[in-house]
Amino acid sequence: MTAPQPNPDETKNEATMIASILAGQTQLFHELIRPHERAVYRMALSYMKNEADAEDVAQEAFLKAFRNLSTFRAEAKFSTWLISITLNEARNRLRRNATMPTDSIDATPEEGGTVTPALLRDWREVPSEALERAEVKQMLQRAVASLPEIYRCVFVLRDMEDLSVNETAEALCISVPSVKVRLHRARLMLQKQLVPELKSVSTTKRRWFSWS
Amino acid sequence: MVIECKHVWDYISDYLDGTLSAEERETVQRHLEHCELCSAILDSTRNVIILTADDRVFELPAGFSDRLHARLDEELLNSNSS
Repeated sequence: MTAPQPNPDETKNEATMIASILAGQTQLFHELIRPHERAVYRMALSYMKNEADAEDVAQEAFLKAFRNLSTFRAEAKFSTWLISITLNEARNRLRRNATMPTDSIDATPEEGGTVTPALLRDWREVPSEALERAEVKQMLQRAVASLPEIYRCVFVLRDMEDLSVNETAEALCISVPSVKVRLHRARLMLQKQLVPELKSVSTTKRRWFSWS
Repeated sequence: MVIECKHVWDYISDYLDGTLSAEERETVQRHLEHCELCSAILDSTRNVIILTADDRVFELPAGFSDRLHARLDEELLNSNSS
């Protein structure tokens, strides 16, 4: 649950590739973005909530990254920059599709109150094998998608994409203490929603608990 | 120092990330040793985070990469010819 340290070789390699792309070797852009496809798509999906729109947003984000590559500052991390572009693209798209309700960052109450977790006396671990089941996967997807935006984006970046607290703060243009508070609340909100659902699945369908 | 359950919940996230001070960690740990409720909340939160972060939850749709790179190719060709 701690973010991996950035690999200096990777960063150097990216910087070299970016310089070459800007100098005209544009085909290298394919290689530059390959390690980031999944992160960009997951960020887009957590906003758009359907695969087709998420794919569209992800494609647009990569195209914008290519068109604006000359504005990328070397002191930033390429992955963080890409995520910011993806976020903007997803938010603009949601704003344009007036049919999709969006939570305004300003309108959401900021870090007020506390989240009470789901109370339970014992917890039998749900193993990762449970994710082979579509209903469990959908349960988790729905829970992430239902988080208010300010919590969802922090959770996706920190816990799903393994960005550090500082990188998350940078990508979202918020303070480090805000990242920590929002992450804490997001995690407890997910616990509160998912624990009763996961428990009911595990008691009605016991085949993946055959050892118990 | 003895703390109540609801104060322990405030520390869950930092506890999982290993960012509590030595003293706070010790206090939380001592509480967890005798509190089934907080132990179950901690374990279930950790479990939920691990499951949600698993790559299988939000998989790339089939053909995603091919479609993306085909679209990029069009863009790259245009940029080279312009």
